[in-house]
Parts: sequence; structure tokens; C-alpha cells
Amino acid sequence: MKTLLADALTIAGKDLRNEWKSKQTIGMMIIFSSLVILIFSFAFDPTNNTVKAIIPGLIWVITIFAGLLGLNRSFIAENENDSLTGLKVAPIDPSSIFLGKVLTNLVLVTTVQIISIPMLFLLFDYRFHGQIIWFLLIVLIATIGFIVIGTFLAALAANAKNSEMLLPVLLLPLLSPLMIAAVQATRIVLEQEGIADAISWLQLMVGYDLLFFAACFFLFEFLMEGS
Amino acid sequence: MLELKNITKVIGDKLILRNFSLTLARGESVAVIGPNGAGKSTFFKLAVGLMQPTSGEIHLNQAQIKKKSLLLQKKIGYLGHESFLYNALTPRENLVFYGKLYKVKNIEEKVANLLKEVGLHYFKDIPIRSFSRGMMQRLAIARVLLADPEYLFLDEPHTGLDQEAVSLLNRLIEERQREGIGILLISHDFEQVVSVCERVLVLNKGRIIEERQIDSEEGLMPFKNWYEAVVSGK
Repeated sequence: MKTLLADALTIAGKDLRNEWKSKQTIGMMIIFSSLVILIFSFAFDPTNNTVKAIIPGLIWVITIFAGLLGLNRSFIAENENDSLTGLKVAPIDPSSIFLGKVLTNLVLVTTVQIISIPMLFLLFDYRFHGQIIWFLLIVLIATIGFIVIGTFLAALAANAKNSEMLLPVLLLPLLSPLMIAAVQATRIVLEQEGIADAISWLQLMVGYDLLFFAACFFLFEFLMEGS
Repeated sequence: MLELKNITKVIGDKLILRNFSLTLARGESVAVIGPNGAGKSTFFKLAVGLMQPTSGEIHLNQAQIKKKSLLLQKKIGYLGHESFLYNALTPRENLVFYGKLYKVKNIEEKVANLLKEVGLHYFKDIPIRSFSRGMMQRLAIARVLLADPEYLFLDEPHTGLDQEAVSLLNRLIEERQREGIGILLISHDFEQVVSVCERVLVLNKGRIIEERQIDSEEGLMPFKNWYEAVVSGK
């Protein structure tokens, strides 16, 4: 387990170093999320109180669609010089490749969220009065679930001819339960309705994360064998 | 000793390898040659664990290797058609990354020595995207040698190399062979096969049709004539 984690960190470190040098993926993700926020801020009147109701949904629209850009790149980048084969012939557990990619994608998407969520609040003139800890917990748990299933499906789609188109088609239906829970829980926290109402949604998200993490973690080896 | 016993591989309804058997002792160098589509690269992929055989067994030092063996992967250095390197990273970063995955001790020192050995020491901090095919191949060779493998599997390693790089590669192969590393080489370059290897297997339509020792003093033309006769069945 210790070796698996060390290998995963090595792979994530390599990916983040690669990204730090090129800034290709993170740059596109930040530009995309900023444009979406900007367009929505012009499309809706921020002084209108009903507009506040769309903020929980917008947080997740930005996360999912900006995240898709990064997920698409995570395994396609390994096709360069066939370096995925280099990882496959290395004496490492294939699950460590999955774990490494999950860590990389989590760092990228979290970075985008750190920039885009405050920007969203700012442009929609939204004053945050909710409980920040619960809000961060909900965002983190839902993001982990999204990244886990997204990374697995990105590996599955990477060998397909139209992987950029295939990934959203596979991912979005599977994400529906998680996103419904995430939007509802975020809304409850932002509207200060009392955290007790959000707990059941939070439990659903934790259950979803654990189930899909276990399934993806064990199935990834077979995915690598077949690719 | 690495032994492949009666390996058969079927993909879809196509029989790629038929009862393929091979023994590679440490310090021995063997070439596998044959026409395109004979199953040479598939055989390599089976041996390094990238594919599972439909039937047959792989033994390493008398112990049977089960599916996805980390031990086998640590002991085999595989140089494929591609370099498996990352273009945005420098030679040093690429080697340190693979060194960590192979749990190499004293990585930095070993990387510095290998970069000197393959002649890329002065380029160690330049991203490899600007490297020529020959430089990439030199670095790929350094990557393979990094983990001190017991067996080297080289799939057409001389392709695209200039004369200097070919000499360097052959020198490295000979040195490693003297140190007791088993070498398995796939090549269409008969000149290199004759100069590097001691034994040759001819693979055609998924099975070994001929095997013989190589006499390096025999010369290239008799070897080519022998190969053509074997493949054409005359």
C-alpha cells in the first residue's frame, strides 16, 4: 500500500511538473471557467434576487465542464511517445497509475475552483453568509467523486478515435446522482437552511464516492490490460 | 534463465503465435528476425507482460511467472518502437521519474553517469521535445539501463540512428552482455544482428521455422542468403 501510494505520488508529481512547464491544461480550464462566469453575469441581472438561486448550479456547471477539459488531456497526454506503455511495463501496480492521475486531476480542478468560485461570487455580487467549513466539505466530496469516475472514463475513452466527444457522453449520465446531491447540498448551505437538511445529500455523495472509487480502483487494471 | 514455453497467442480469430518456445540465458544474446507481421513484436509484448498469452508458460530462474509479475517487469528492460519519454521534461527529469518507479537507489548519481555514458550530459537540462530521433533513442537506452535489468529486450533499437549512435548502442549492448545481461534483439538490420548476437531465431507466420548460431566471421552476404532461403522455404 505504501509503495502504491509512493508510485501514485511519483506519477502525480511528474504530471504536475509537466503541467507547470506547459500550463496548457490549467490555462485552458481557467480561461474557460472565467468566460462562462462572465457570460452568465451578463446574461442574468446580478441585482435580481432570484439569480442567486442559480449560483449552486453554476458552481457545478463550471467545475464539470472545466474539469472535462483536464480529464480529456490526462490520458491523451500519455500517448505522446507511447509513454503509457512505459508505465505499463514498469514494476508498479496499475492502480497506482489511476491514483496518480486522480491526484493530478484533483489538484487541477481544485485550483480552478479556488479561482472561479470567488470570481463567481464577486461578479454576481453574492455575499457568502453560510458555514464555510460545510461548504468546502461539500465541494471537496463532490469534486472527488467527479474526478474518480472522470479519470476512469478518461482512461477508457483515451484509445477511442473521438475521445473528446466520448468522455462527456459516458460521464455526464453517470454523474447525475452526484451532481443532483452536490447542487442540493450546496444550495442548502448557501441559503443557510440548516446543515441537517444537507446531511442526507452529503451521505449520498460519500456513498457514491466510495462505491465508484472501489470499482474504478479494482477495474483499472483490466482497463490497462485491454488498452 | 528466462524460458518461454509453448506460448500461443490468438487475437480475435487470428493465430499470432503458435507454440513459441525460447530460452535466454544470462550473458547470451539472441536475435529474433522474420518478415513483417511474423509476430515478433507480439512475442515481446507477451514476454514483458503487456499482453497475456492464450496458452503457455513463462519461467524466470525456474519459477513460473503468473499474470502481471512485478518481479519479471523489474528484471526486464524493454526498449520498444517508441521512447516512452515525456517531451516537456528534461533528460534528467525523465530518468529520475523512471528511476523512482523502478526503485533505483542513488538515482541522481546513476542518472548523471548514464547521461555521460550515452553522450547526453550537456543536454541534461533541456526539454527533450527539441531532441533528434538519435538523441531520443540514446535517452531511451539510458532509461532501459537505469534499473540494471537482467534481460534486455530491444525492439529494432538501431532504427533511425546515425553511425556514431549505432556504435554507441552496440558497445553498450556488448558491455552489458559481458556483465551477464541476457540480450534479446528484434531487428531487420542484419548487419547489426551479425555483429551483436550469438544466436538467431527466424520467426514466420507465428512460429519459429529455423534457429542457428551466428558466426560473425561468416560475413553478411551468406547470412542474408541463408535467411532468404529459410523464409522462402527453398
